[in-house]
Amino acid sequence: MSLGTFLIMRHELLLIAAALSVLIAEIFWDPDKKKGISLFSIILFGVITIIGFIPSPSGSLFGGMYISSGTTLLMKNILNIGVLLVFIQSVTWLKKEENSEKISEYFLLLISTLVGMNFMISAGHFLIFYIGIELATIPIAALAAYDRYKNKSAEAGIKLILSSALSSGILLYGLSMIYGTTGTLYFSEVAKLFGNNNLQILGFIFFFAGMAFKISIVPFHLWTADVYEGSPVNITSYLSVISKGAAVFILIIILFTVFPVIIATWQKTIYVTSVLTMTIGNLFAIRQQNLKRFLAFSSISQAGYILLGLIGGNQLGMASVIYYILVYIFSNLGAFGVVTAISNATGKENIDDYNGLYQTNPKLSLIMTLALFSLAGIPPVAGFFGKFFLFTAAAQKGYYLLVLIAVLNTIISLFYYLLVVKAMFINKSENPVEKFRSDFPTRFALGICIAGIVVTGFASIIFEAIRNLSFGV
Amino acid sequence: MDILSLFVVIPVLTIIAILLLKDTRQVRMVSAFGMGLQLLMAASLVILYLTARHAGNNDEMLFVKDYLWFKSLNIHYAVGVDGISVAMITLTSLVVFAGIFASWEVEFLRKEFFVSLILLASGVFGFFISIDLFTMFLFYELAVIPMYLLIGIWGTGPKEYSAMKLTLMLMGGSALLLVGLLGIYFNSSPDGSRLTFNILEISKVVIPLPAQRIFFPLTFVGFGVLGALFPFHTWSPDGHASAPTAVSMLHAGVLMKLGGYGAFRVAIFLMPEAAHELSWIFIILTSISVIYGAFGAIAQKDLKYINAYSSVSHCGLVLFAVLMMNQTAMNGAIIQMISHGLMTALFFALIGMLYGRTHTRMINEMGGLMKIIPFLSVCYVIAGLASLGLPGLSGFVAEMTIFVGAFQHPELFYRIVTILAVSSIVITAVYILRVVAILLLGPTTNEHFEHLPDAKWFEKISVVTLIGSVAAIGLAPFWLSTMIGISLHPIIEKILALNPF
Repeated sequence: MSLGTFLIMRHELLLIAAALSVLIAEIFWDPDKKKGISLFSIILFGVITIIGFIPSPSGSLFGGMYISSGTTLLMKNILNIGVLLVFIQSVTWLKKEENSEKISEYFLLLISTLVGMNFMISAGHFLIFYIGIELATIPIAALAAYDRYKNKSAEAGIKLILSSALSSGILLYGLSMIYGTTGTLYFSEVAKLFGNNNLQILGFIFFFAGMAFKISIVPFHLWTADVYEGSPVNITSYLSVISKGAAVFILIIILFTVFPVIIATWQKTIYVTSVLTMTIGNLFAIRQQNLKRFLAFSSISQAGYILLGLIGGNQLGMASVIYYILVYIFSNLGAFGVVTAISNATGKENIDDYNGLYQTNPKLSLIMTLALFSLAGIPPVAGFFGKFFLFTAAAQKGYYLLVLIAVLNTIISLFYYLLVVKAMFINKSENPVEKFRSDFPTRFALGICIAGIVVTGFASIIFEAIRNLSFGV
Repeated sequence: MDILSLFVVIPVLTIIAILLLKDTRQVRMVSAFGMGLQLLMAASLVILYLTARHAGNNDEMLFVKDYLWFKSLNIHYAVGVDGISVAMITLTSLVVFAGIFASWEVEFLRKEFFVSLILLASGVFGFFISIDLFTMFLFYELAVIPMYLLIGIWGTGPKEYSAMKLTLMLMGGSALLLVGLLGIYFNSSPDGSRLTFNILEISKVVIPLPAQRIFFPLTFVGFGVLGALFPFHTWSPDGHASAPTAVSMLHAGVLMKLGGYGAFRVAIFLMPEAAHELSWIFIILTSISVIYGAFGAIAQKDLKYINAYSSVSHCGLVLFAVLMMNQTAMNGAIIQMISHGLMTALFFALIGMLYGRTHTRMINEMGGLMKIIPFLSVCYVIAGLASLGLPGLSGFVAEMTIFVGAFQHPELFYRIVTILAVSSIVITAVYILRVVAILLLGPTTNEHFEHLPDAKWFEKISVVTLIGSVAAIGLAPFWLSTMIGISLHPIIEKILALNPF
């Protein structure tokens, strides 16, 4: 094995290098100009994101513990784009006085979670997968508690670390059963030795429950709303988009490659959890007043739709899930970007505070509307295409009833998204959000999100590229 | 650029032009110019279409253009028109053109109003030119959403409630429709070749009957919600009553026709076997729509509610005729769509103008308007007479054709429902004549009304355009029914092959 083969794990190596250079840069940085670290990190990360798109050989390392293929590269690139957007969106927030001490930690911790996610996606062995998932979770808990002077932030950090420790425990318990019955942890060998043995199915159920915690699938979603509300907005958007996306990616890979034998079992599991997730997420979202909680429940219901792409176990489903995550990154980050901008400028986070927003800040209102329509799946924005393909994938395997339930659920979701639209456009307010002009990074990130929301749908080339790259059924 | 895509491109360009304008006073001129251009395009499309037919072009669809969009799913952006779509496009451009002039005096957020209105229109145009189910569905949903803002921001009365109810019910319809369309797609090639969304290709295969039994009701009800099929019509009265004038016009005049057109073009054309089998259920429902709508209109006191219920009745008649599945009735259904579209747009325009003067829509608060504002009143009478089917106006041609067609079925069931449906004409006469009597004739009840001004120039443009078209169809229906008739042949042949009675 030559050193060159390590280039297969180019994404991870680059990220680790980036994390370290941010750390080292901080030591030598002029203490009075700490804010420059943001710019440095973002440029560094932007370069890495671009390098990620250079074609790379696929293959495996460490005797099959680490696997890289076109699919995993695509997933990692999508995550990179999302993280880059989150970074750009957080510049304004990091400029605040109370955060200037710990800017490099913010980047360091987020990049480490991304390294974890990349390892998780590329795992060929349950051990690597487990290390990856832990690396992807624990730093986030530290970040959730980033707002030192807010009780709610500390509470969010504790809640996140405790619930993810519990879910990891459950996941490990499931893995131990799988190991006990098959005697191996390699994905390829487990797949061969897996049967319809009851203990193995129990192991699978525990595994699925552990993953369901990460994706916040009902009934394992209870931590979501509190953590989302307490964390700083940028961490919330990271949790709802990147963490969720990465967990979905690995779930789809493991379901398709490790557990194809018990497809009938996991199809039933997914059927039930998907219906529950969509419905409960939507029904709870209706009553929310805080926009972060609102988006938390909306993101739970989005996870329900995403499960529709998994259920068929077909290639179209895999492609549409990856595509949907991409669309979801743009749409959700667009919505969160507006929430962040308004929260930074005025500190307001409630739907009522948005009354009459169109009169004072028309551009932000329009961006929010487009993002919400994309989440609801209204044409001509990308969310429509994403949902359409997810539903097509489920219908291909004959799950018409499930599709019907899902589309009816999108009507419920449209209702509460329209409540926000109504607040912005129709409601009058005595005390509207004042007119303000956001700074360049915010506008830049929102611009990318809007471009993504509009272009990803119409440009069929993106979907086709994903379709061609995703395989593994 | 093909001629059909221009029908979507022109509205989009108009929207961009409006957005770029600095001065809001020019907005309506730009809108009027854009939609006037659209009207000219529609007129030239009619001429082009008729010339092509005279030249012996007997293809099902003309001016077909097909661009591959999503290769792996075989989704195309495909456009094409037959006589029916040409007629619907002409209707739409007439109503939109009249609608722009009817909303000449919108002051509040004028730019946004016209942008939403034209966006809505571009969705409708896109729907009528598509022959690919995916693009069709995309445009269909695109047409529904601006509605929410239009009613919610510029409406009157309980506008937020009505806007939400309308949007959610219509999207509920499209939810059923989406499942129906996916079902059609996955059954579009029983022999295992490539699946397709293209209507023409699907019409050549026979979708397996068990699948048809599931997906026909979904598709039909999905479109039926938009066509105010009982019991899914409840969005219509509230929505129409709260909407601003131009939106009511466009909605009752055009958007509800999307339902009828879709039910006919997608549900019945692609799944005739199930349609034949299950039509009795929907015939009963549409008969209820027809009669219940008419009775509902009698009971109302608000002019917009009267007209909304009357639309439920008339649109019910469209679906009723479509379900009769024979040449004459279907021909009538299409003419009814056009005729009702123009007539009801005229009604709503006039109601909007009356409301702008009297600030009430309650018929018992008005009276004797004929002496004060003769122009608008006479127009109102003409609209009323068209609605109750007076010969010489479009309503007569449409309803006559429908009932003749429906009565051609020898079975007792069809005879009975036809007789029941015909009774709606009498009920229509009751509410129309009652309104005319109270509102326009009789003594002037309110002295404030005595100095009301008559129609202004832009109102006259709006009204005269519509009345001219209503009269044109009424006096010379044959060019229209010939245009439609040829295009009905493929559908009728499919049905006859199935059940030669």
